[in-house]
Amino acid sequence: MSGTRTLVSPATLARPRGKALYWAVFTAVVLLFALAFLFPVYWMVTGAMKSPDEVARTPPTLVPEHWRLGGYTDAWDLMQLPQHLWNTLVQAAGAWAFQLVFCTAAAYALSRLRPAFGKVILGGILATLMVPTQALVVPKYLTVADLPLVHTSLLNDPLGIWLPAVANAFNLYLLKRFFDQLPKDVLEAAEIDGAGKLRILWSVVLPMSRPVLGVVSIFALVAVWQDFLWPLMVFSDTDKQPISVALVQLSQNIQLTVLIAAMVIASIPMVALFLVFQRHIIAGISAGSTKG
Amino acid sequence: MTKTASRPPLEAAAARPAPARTPSPASGAGRRRRLGDQARAYAFLLGGLLCFALFSWYPAIRAVVIAFQKYTPGSSPEWVGTENFTRVLHDPEFGAAWRNTLTFTGLALLIGFAVPFLLALVLNELRHAKAFFRVAVYLPVMIPPVVSALLWKWFYDPGTGLANETLRFLHLPTSNWSNGADTALVSLVLVATWANMGGTVLIYLAALQSIPGELYEAAELDGANLLQRVRHVTIPQTRFVILMLMLLQIIATMQVFTEPFVITGGGPENATVTVLYLIYKYAFLYNDFGGACALSVMLLVLLGLFSALYLRLTRTDGEEA
Repeated sequence: MSGTRTLVSPATLARPRGKALYWAVFTAVVLLFALAFLFPVYWMVTGAMKSPDEVARTPPTLVPEHWRLGGYTDAWDLMQLPQHLWNTLVQAAGAWAFQLVFCTAAAYALSRLRPAFGKVILGGILATLMVPTQALVVPKYLTVADLPLVHTSLLNDPLGIWLPAVANAFNLYLLKRFFDQLPKDVLEAAEIDGAGKLRILWSVVLPMSRPVLGVVSIFALVAVWQDFLWPLMVFSDTDKQPISVALVQLSQNIQLTVLIAAMVIASIPMVALFLVFQRHIIAGISAGSTKG
Repeated sequence: MTKTASRPPLEAAAARPAPARTPSPASGAGRRRRLGDQARAYAFLLGGLLCFALFSWYPAIRAVVIAFQKYTPGSSPEWVGTENFTRVLHDPEFGAAWRNTLTFTGLALLIGFAVPFLLALVLNELRHAKAFFRVAVYLPVMIPPVVSALLWKWFYDPGTGLANETLRFLHLPTSNWSNGADTALVSLVLVATWANMGGTVLIYLAALQSIPGELYEAAELDGANLLQRVRHVTIPQTRFVILMLMLLQIIATMQVFTEPFVITGGGPENATVTVLYLIYKYAFLYNDFGGACALSVMLLVLLGLFSALYLRLTRTDGEEA
């Protein structure tokens, strides 16, 4: 922790003036962070507890006069939050499961089974990294609305989220690179023991790949939970919309305190996920910088 | 080659003076086995491959095709040449959308580069409460973008919003924020920066931590002051990461949609219509999928250039494909 040398030398910091300056800067940064990043969140959580009259008051109250939970219960009932949260959960969980199964299998095949044209396929997959996803939403929408050959529509169907989520070159490449680095002798030993490919994937490769599976899982869940434009296009049916779309659609004609409460509720799952896994998530992002 | 299958040719080869290493006729069993291996490999690949084909490769081709067609879902498309492009180019919103998107990207780069880099620089010097700083700065990233947008829409309310209340508290003139034609775009950049800065700060921090301390010591021995050390040690050492993040940010911000859609609805007076928003409007408001695809192709070409640059710069480990 303190052993590493940074911009300011330890000698400077040890001097009384250096120490005073350090603590001054430290306090300033703590205050700045609290104001910039925590205060807006505090404002949202407490705003939902104010009465409609209090939330519109000038100057505003820093602390609600009465800590009422009515905003939250109203949002839960009036905005059909259980329904939309459930939709989001189903969409995210399905996208996660489909990605884990199909991306893992494909990455394993590309990494270990040497399929014919494997390099061409990998090249085609990596090329999609160059094509920003959002720029292709309209033709993607038309494809989902009328699947080629089978001519079925996946609109208003969670499959419209699940299947396109599999086409995630970033996660697939992450998995493939990890599988490439697994020790060869262990896999060969399993093969000599007569284990089939599926068996090897299930009982040898996957248990060794826990770290990368964790990262891919978090990416997959967060991506679906946070997405807005794609579910906005796929779900025109209000009852099937995930919470992000529903919030925007309902924000027009609902009381401010109720809307704010709904916003807080919509944020809880991802913020909770972050607080539980913060060390892994932060370590994963930091590692991303050096390993690309 | 299994041992049993290759035994007879091997014995024959041993009798001959020159050892023929290539087995003469590929034995039937070996070929069948190889075919079986391929079938198995493709069974594993199939699901993923189908999804990529349907939802990545096919739409990319289709964007280009539909850009030259009059396309309405349900009826058969007609070829119209470059008509979609000329129509889109003559749309007064076209110029506004590109101008706004490029301004947004430029401002986001300016604010979104300078602020996180300075924050990371300061954070790297602090030896206490490290976990607090990292969690606090990343917290907005985990809040759904729609919630951030709605939250700031409320803050930007000219009457009772937090932004103007703060200005009044400090006895400063109030602003129209996202409701004023000349301040709307900047207001959106602030939201995007607030919401996305966490990841950038964490990556810069990791890059700063990988700078060898001896470099600073040597610079100090040479009499370099703080600013000189930043200029001659910190920035050159993190140049690669800075460049990477800049490119990624350009690619991400040029596709901005949620903030203008939720906060301003493209207004006031088209001040915040972005290219992606215009694509959305063409498809879902005007029902003009040809025009939407023509716009998509333009955005695709521009972003593809940036992406190619990014991939070229990151592919340092020289892997396949």
